[in-house]
Amino acid sequence: MHSIGEAMGVHAQHIDALWHAMLWVCGIMYVLVLGFLGLAILRRGRRRDEREVVHAQDERGLSMTLVAWTGLIVAGLFGLTLFSYFTDRALVQAASQPQINLKITGYQWWWQVEYVDPDPSRSVKTANEIHLPVGAQVSATLASQDVIHSFWVPNLHGKQDLIPGRDNDIRLQPTQAGTYLGICAEFCGLQHSKMHLDVIVESQEAYNAWYERQLQSAPPPTEPLAQRGQQVFMSSACNMCHAISGTDASASVGPDLSHVASRRSLAAGALPNDADSLFAWISNPQAIKPGSRMPIVPLSEHDLEALTAYLRTLQ
Amino acid sequence: MRRATGYGRRATVRSRSLLPVAVATVVALAACHRENRHFTAPPGTELSPPQQSMSGLVAGGESVEFRKQQGKEYEGNAYHMGEGKRLFQWFNCSGCHANGGGGSGPALMDDRWIYGGEIDEIYLTIVQGRPNGMPAFGGKIPSQQIWQLAAYVRSMGGHGPKSARPGRDDHMQRDSEQGRRDQPINPAAPPSSTD
Repeated sequence: MHSIGEAMGVHAQHIDALWHAMLWVCGIMYVLVLGFLGLAILRRGRRRDEREVVHAQDERGLSMTLVAWTGLIVAGLFGLTLFSYFTDRALVQAASQPQINLKITGYQWWWQVEYVDPDPSRSVKTANEIHLPVGAQVSATLASQDVIHSFWVPNLHGKQDLIPGRDNDIRLQPTQAGTYLGICAEFCGLQHSKMHLDVIVESQEAYNAWYERQLQSAPPPTEPLAQRGQQVFMSSACNMCHAISGTDASASVGPDLSHVASRRSLAAGALPNDADSLFAWISNPQAIKPGSRMPIVPLSEHDLEALTAYLRTLQ
Repeated sequence: MRRATGYGRRATVRSRSLLPVAVATVVALAACHRENRHFTAPPGTELSPPQQSMSGLVAGGESVEFRKQQGKEYEGNAYHMGEGKRLFQWFNCSGCHANGGGGSGPALMDDRWIYGGEIDEIYLTIVQGRPNGMPAFGGKIPSQQIWQLAAYVRSMGGHGPKSARPGRDDHMQRDSEQGRRDQPINPAAPPSSTD
């Protein structure tokens, strides 16, 4: 996971450049103003007892300085305005020919990510993670299912809101491989702080391999415990909300679990993705993420273990 | 003597000016439990109702107590009813019942209850399913969510405290002020033959 301050995408690099320019221009002006102020205070203290006499020569010097000072302010402001204008243009023009089209939908409190392909059989649906090849131009449509959320991957771009009832658009173009953290940047309810998203930028080959794996269903379980887990999944409340490709479960109000075991985290960054956390999450989601839309489903310990074993096979 | 009277009057004036504050405090306190969020069902409130209450006739005793308790827990609570409203869409109840106005399933915002309109009766209708198309959701939806759904279904017809009922619907809504307010619900009467 990279520090969020590093610019790892074309857009973030433009924003970074503008930010540094503003920092330097404003910083230099700040130091100058304070310097002159200090100078004035010192001179005033030294001359306290003398009579104030303003010579004509002094006055000319003063007006020259003031003209130069005004010129400096105008130049600084004009420069910043111009820089900001060109940065804006660059942000709009970057990734203008998207090769990957995403639809990202915000839910309380997780992200649904769909790879939209003109051929529906090659579309992929996942949750809380985005895989991208290095250098790809990406267009993402942002929508919300309930309240206003905000999509923010600081390494790649600024924030963009997800508004119920309208589609927003954001462009991304990562320049370096790595795993970047995305968060919800608009308070959206109780578990707003546990609404994370991973952006995994990798080589084109690794991305293609991942994508092909997502298109396939996970193989049916072979172990007896996992087979029992599949039966539990299909016969209890799980399949009212979740989908697993290749099975009868195809509901779409909760995250798609077709490849849940291959993700980095559970419950949108609330837990690491391992067997113990998965067991804890299914047995009492309300203890881990109070208010979460995932209810407590009363199941026996054995059924919970079987269910965990089954979900762990969904690679 | 005069002094004492003066003090007395001043004290009366002060207590009078405090009266509205006291009343407002009491009223505000009453609203405290409006949105108590119980993410896990408090013990006893996630149980199934006694089965005999399926008929419109209530034998009294335990089931009435239970009904009152469930009504208080779920119908007096805006959070539970809000959740019920969300689940009503999630589980596609509106697919048949529309938004309470009825479609291929019966309307839910009127006062006709074929299988009983008390919260525990609606619970059983959802759990067991009913003839002519209502599927049984028992074992498919956790019981706390079914109670939330039942409370929301009742709120459509204007039952439960108005302060807790979901407001601001985008779709059609019964104007409960014109209808009956929290009167006991009668089972659907057979159409009279003497009109």
